[in-house]
Amino acid sequence: MVSPVLFWVVALLTVIPSLALLFARKAVHIAMSIVCVMVGLAAAYVGLGAPFLGVVQIVVYTGAVMMLFLFVLMLVGVDQREDLKETLRGQRWIALFTAGGLAILLISVIGRVSISPQEEQVGNPEDIALVLFDRYVLVMEVLGALLITAAVGALVMTHTPRLLPRKTQAEVHAARVLAGADPVNKPMPGVYARHNALDVPALDPDGNPIEHSVSRVLEVREQMSDGDEFRARLESTANPEDHQNPQAEAEGEK
Amino acid sequence: MNAINFVYLAAILFSIGSAAVLLRRNAIVAFMGVELMLNAANLALVAFSRLHGQLDGQIMAFFVMVVAAAEVVVGLAIIIAVFRARQTISLDEPAELKG
Amino acid sequence: MTSLIWLAIALPLASAAILLCLGRRADAWGHWMGVAASGGAFLVGLGALIELLGKAAEDRAVDTTLYTFIPGGDLHVDVGLLADPLSITFVLLITFVGTLIHVYSVAYMEHDPDRRRFFAYLNLFVAAMLLLVLADSYLLLFVGWEGVGLASYLLIGFWNQKREYATAANKAFFVNRVGDIGLIIAMGLMFTSFGALDFATVAEQAPSATTAQLTAIGLMLLVAACGKSAQFPLQSWLGDAMAGPTPVSALIHAATMVTAGVYLIVRSAPIFDGAPDARVVVAAVGAMTLLLGAFIGMAKDDIKKALAASTMSQIGYMMLAAGLGPIGYAFAIFHLVTHGFFKAGMFLGAGSVMHGMKDQVDMRRFGALRGAMIVTWVTFGLGWLAILGIPPFSGYFSKDKIIEAAFVGEGWQPWVFGGAALIGAGLTAFYMSRLFFMTFHGKARWTDDQHPHESPALMTVPMIILAVGSAFLGLFLAVGDRFTHWLEPVTGHAEHHDPVLPIPVLIAATLTLVVIGAGIAWVKYGRADVPEEAPAASLATLTARNDFFQDSVNRAVFQRPGQHLTRTLVYLDAAVVDGAVNKQARGWAGLGEASRRLQNGQVRTYAATMLVGLVILAAVIVVGGL
Repeated sequence: MVSPVLFWVVALLTVIPSLALLFARKAVHIAMSIVCVMVGLAAAYVGLGAPFLGVVQIVVYTGAVMMLFLFVLMLVGVDQREDLKETLRGQRWIALFTAGGLAILLISVIGRVSISPQEEQVGNPEDIALVLFDRYVLVMEVLGALLITAAVGALVMTHTPRLLPRKTQAEVHAARVLAGADPVNKPMPGVYARHNALDVPALDPDGNPIEHSVSRVLEVREQMSDGDEFRARLESTANPEDHQNPQAEAEGEK
Repeated sequence: MNAINFVYLAAILFSIGSAAVLLRRNAIVAFMGVELMLNAANLALVAFSRLHGQLDGQIMAFFVMVVAAAEVVVGLAIIIAVFRARQTISLDEPAELKG
Repeated sequence: MTSLIWLAIALPLASAAILLCLGRRADAWGHWMGVAASGGAFLVGLGALIELLGKAAEDRAVDTTLYTFIPGGDLHVDVGLLADPLSITFVLLITFVGTLIHVYSVAYMEHDPDRRRFFAYLNLFVAAMLLLVLADSYLLLFVGWEGVGLASYLLIGFWNQKREYATAANKAFFVNRVGDIGLIIAMGLMFTSFGALDFATVAEQAPSATTAQLTAIGLMLLVAACGKSAQFPLQSWLGDAMAGPTPVSALIHAATMVTAGVYLIVRSAPIFDGAPDARVVVAAVGAMTLLLGAFIGMAKDDIKKALAASTMSQIGYMMLAAGLGPIGYAFAIFHLVTHGFFKAGMFLGAGSVMHGMKDQVDMRRFGALRGAMIVTWVTFGLGWLAILGIPPFSGYFSKDKIIEAAFVGEGWQPWVFGGAALIGAGLTAFYMSRLFFMTFHGKARWTDDQHPHESPALMTVPMIILAVGSAFLGLFLAVGDRFTHWLEPVTGHAEHHDPVLPIPVLIAATLTLVVIGAGIAWVKYGRADVPEEAPAASLATLTARNDFFQDSVNRAVFQRPGQHLTRTLVYLDAAVVDGAVNKQARGWAGLGEASRRLQNGQVRTYAATMLVGLVILAAVIVVGGL
């Protein structure tokens, strides 16, 4: 006997999330609903006396398959929302009628059969292992081969062959120069040793600040420091004769 | 409570899965519908195993899971290949089978 | 040598193959190889002749079987060569005249860039013609028959860069096809009647066949002979065939190929012996063509076409003789041989004139060539005397015998056939003299740029040899009825019959008519001035000038209805046969079009189809309670 509580819990836990397949718009929501269905089914397996399958269900479906689905969803764009409006004429009605008809047919068939349930409890992992590696050992082996084939197949199918030869560093550099970039590295920012000078522009030989030596991020955040501020600080604390700003000197000469 | 109720549940889940395959244009969602159908079949198998007191149903369910795993791997690889070629995974787009 | 007679065919055939395969590499020496091949064939024929002469008359038929041609159940045909007096006569005529014409062509075609190809075709012709006459069955004869047709076609259209020449070649080919059909039907009839196609069996079984069968076969053979020999009503191609180089006209369209029809009739003597009606038709066709050709010849200004008309007329004589039955066969062949010499000689003479006159063929632009071309004048003159039938030249002995034979018989036939032959002799004298005088006598009517000159020795020597033959061959063969006896094993011994008129009267009448004809020609074309342009003429002359409107008649009688017939058939084919097929195909296409809509390319529709099918199946099983 199976606990009715278990049955109803499982029924609700599977049927309601599975309806998301029909009505949810976001693929991620559907995937998570299916994960829920899988967990519910695992519970059902355990309740039906098949703990091994229940665990396998969790591991394979929730752990591997559905995660794979999620990965692929990420790859193809997780934020795709599907328009549920039907494009094929009559497809919706055909689908609903056939699915409904199928359900009615199946249920009527099941209702007709009469099975006297066996009270014998089977399904502990040891028994399964004995059967699996004895009677079904050949099928086991073949399935192993199938899995490897599938893995190789997936690799082959998702592999993109290199269409162009790999670019060498020299070629990359030449392309950059051609696009108008600086032929050499940008100057390093900062000239003031007493300060964390990443936010201070470097100075060119004339003493003028080189604006683009500072990271663009700092520039956007308006965290770039001005040289003048430090000069003022320096001039106020030290001998102005020793630490004269070249820029100011140049201006003075003008 | 009779385990046959789980078979009814399996029938309903199977129907929902098949409706999803027919209705959804997103290939991944349709594929999930297929997975649901497989799981419904698994549930029925396990329930039958319980009803008959024999292990073969569970073994079949196990094999179905393995095959389904392989199928998912290949199917998703196909979806990715199609996506690379067409920048879409809508089932309505690849109409090359049109006669 | 009779066992080696196949060499006579093989030599020119091999030469033709070599010349055609080697291409330009053989340009330097190819023509001499062609001459050698033809000469070699002549030597083989000569050897066979000597061997046959050494045998008793009744043993003079050697049949050599080379291999089995068609080993097909009831129809068993061997490739066998028959060397008997008739075929050896032809072999010698073909190879002797052929070799001379080969030599002549070396000079005549000297400036033609395709001389090697010309010799290849010429050799091909010689090989095919020898096969035709040496074959011991109708089927093998047919192979040669088609071979000479092919060679004739290739040579008429040798200068096929000129469109009208190519058209002439096509015309000859088509008209010959009509005759070929006749031969094929005749072979079919023979096979059903006798069960074999070789001459020996046919001759053996012919007497036991019904007259109707023999008449049908004979008439079909006549159709074949008409096609090949340009006899009425299939004569239209010969005039146009003059488009070919003149040596071709001399060899193929005067001396040998066109006489193949006569050969066929004589060879089929056993059949015609049992079919007197067919023989009368043959004689009638011959008489008709004889007069037709003579009338056309009187009006033509083109020297080659006038000679072609003459050829037609002379072959008419031969057909007439062949149609007379056993008394005429030998004379038909006799006239064929002498005609082969003098007509080939005259064609070569015409070629020589054209050679000297820059390929001018209009006789109205000739005149007074006697002085410029002495050798040509003399040789042509001998041929002229021969064709006129002036004793003691060749033509007298052969033609006179035919006229005599034509007067033999009962009822209306001797008067009609004899009268036609007699009148034909007078007409021949007129038109040949006209041709001769217009070309060599009278005033010079040359165009300004023409400077007539004698041809080189390579051309004149063959002409001289042929002229000697024209002059004395008849006498040589007629003395003691040598030729008739020689042919007797084939043609059978003919009882001597007296003509309805005494022979001296006939000879006198013939010669009188000839002299009158030649005299009129001298008055009109020798002494008087010949206008350079053809004057406006009476309806009769116009008719003759236009070959009795043969092309128009053919067009109206055969081509137009044929076209209508084919058009109707095409329409029927398109509307009915194709129509049914197309309609059916359209139906299937419509079905496909309809079912194509199911294949809309939408994966989900396919999935829906699958599921619907599944549900229907399940419903059938569940509701049907299976």
